[in-house]
Amino acid sequence: MKITPELYKDMTEQYAPKSKSYVNISFAFLIGGGICLLGEGLLNLFEYFGLDTQEAGSWTSIILVFLSALFTGLGWYEKIARHAGAGTLVPITGFANGVTSPAIEARTEGWILGVGSKIFTIAGPVILYGTAASVVYGLCLQIVRCIMGDQ
Amino acid sequence: MLEYLWAFIIGGAICAVGQVLIDYTKLTPARILTGFVVAGVLLSALGLYKPLIELAGGGATVPLTGFGHLLAEGIRKAVDEKGWLGVFSGGLTASSAGITAAVLFGLAAAAVFKPKDK
Amino acid sequence: MVKSLGRGMFHMEQSIYIASCAAIAGKKEGEGPMGQCFDRVEMDSHFGQETWEKAESRMQQETIYTALQKASLTADDVDIILAGDLINQCTSSTYSLRPFGVPFLGLFGACSTMAEGLITASLILSSGAGKRCVAATSSHFSTAERQFRFPLSYGGQRPPTAQWTCTASGAVVLDTETEGSPAISGVCIGKITDLGVTDANNMGAAMAPAAADTLTRWFKGTCRTPNDYDAIVTGDLGMIGGKLFMELMMKQGYEINPCYHDCGAMMFDSLTQDTHAGGSGCGCGGSILCGHFLPLVKSGSIKRMLFMATGALMSPMLVQQGESIPSIAHLVEIVSGKEND
Repeated sequence: MKITPELYKDMTEQYAPKSKSYVNISFAFLIGGGICLLGEGLLNLFEYFGLDTQEAGSWTSIILVFLSALFTGLGWYEKIARHAGAGTLVPITGFANGVTSPAIEARTEGWILGVGSKIFTIAGPVILYGTAASVVYGLCLQIVRCIMGDQ
Repeated sequence: MLEYLWAFIIGGAICAVGQVLIDYTKLTPARILTGFVVAGVLLSALGLYKPLIELAGGGATVPLTGFGHLLAEGIRKAVDEKGWLGVFSGGLTASSAGITAAVLFGLAAAAVFKPKDK
Repeated sequence: MVKSLGRGMFHMEQSIYIASCAAIAGKKEGEGPMGQCFDRVEMDSHFGQETWEKAESRMQQETIYTALQKASLTADDVDIILAGDLINQCTSSTYSLRPFGVPFLGLFGACSTMAEGLITASLILSSGAGKRCVAATSSHFSTAERQFRFPLSYGGQRPPTAQWTCTASGAVVLDTETEGSPAISGVCIGKITDLGVTDANNMGAAMAPAAADTLTRWFKGTCRTPNDYDAIVTGDLGMIGGKLFMELMMKQGYEINPCYHDCGAMMFDSLTQDTHAGGSGCGCGGSILCGHFLPLVKSGSIKRMLFMATGALMSPMLVQQGESIPSIAHLVEIVSGKEND
């Protein structure tokens, strides 16, 4: 009997176990929510010490990124992420983990072509397309302004 | 106390959306992260993200959609102040603290830590 | 000399003996159900080296030394070494063999390398081009992860179909003289098979059709059936690929279930070791063949077996370009010395 790619596709789908989605989603919710809760706590703490909202936001990001880099270096972030999935991927700590993990690993290939170039392998697309999207938005704003005759 | 509850719920929900994308689509983590940032820019441009931040605080700023919002906010302000130049300078200026922290601590971690086996 | 049984399929008219073999594995593999069968379990995943790549080379080198030692040989007694691994340019093998000073042929067959090496060595020895060959292979979780997936400390979630690359190595010394040892009596060179699987996290499914193709060709070419074998062993199809393979064979009219084993499924306890669909990598099939099955053939508890190492000939670049994953499976028939006449 001849096995066609279409028939085989059905077979593989039948045998592939599905992710335990309800467990994964619950973990993502709890741990992701937990990290945001920590962020909220830090925001309030900085505001309590008299920083304005924007400054408090920046310091919160810096602290969270620091904690993520530390956890990544100690090998803990990956262990939490195994269960948390998107819960550790989506917060800014996930972005920091994406920067730190290739940097640590590329150390054996030297500082310039190792760490220097590999540090952006995962975070690069995020920065690139985030910036590009914001520029598109900025262009729209600016064109509208010109048409409205503000300038 | 209510703001902490909202931060937890909204933050958790945004992450849960990410998990649904991981489990039910073939999207890789890199695509999901990129999508979240772009979605943040879009939602902010449509004026939908600001109310979410007012409600949930860290629950909306900590996920990467918040990073997108930061970029969009920065652009909006810079375009108001500087016009065409703002289109170029606004986004990264606003998000500079987070990016610089990530790169700097990443570099420091590379100096301090050795890669570990799983 | 060899007798051709069809395209790329040969019966060895002169026995090719397995004089000795050795297997070394890493900590996680040592903690698994097969932990007892290896010659050595190394607790330091760096194998005392600076980098992961050097660690893998070191592991392969020590495995070859151990195999030679067990046969009371030195590198100078070997005519040709055949070795391969998963890493770009087969560096784990070239750096492992750099100090040996033995004529060397580098092989790439992804995880099918153990069988590819045994086939090439058997054909070389049959032709009289050498008296003694070594076939070796290795894989290391960390080098494979770096090259094919993400950095080790990156917090990614592995889907349930993903397999775990084994840190393990296997080496076999083959010659034409050691009568009474397990012998290679036939080989079948696999064809590249591709049924359109594009998911790099489901290698077992990509490789199962290649294994089914090779085994079906073998049964047809030799007029044998699964009942002629005490064991039919695949390299690293894992839990999912293994089931698909059995189903594919069933569709061809061969029921292999009673004597079928897969090294990838045997290597880990997937419930406690979080390895999802099982082990993979060149070293997975290589180390379990050398550590578990060949000793059983030697003792006579397995009289006749088939070893099929399966390889997903995958490149991350081509997968990014949207290509599906071509696969291959090479087959080696091994008989015990008592069986062989």
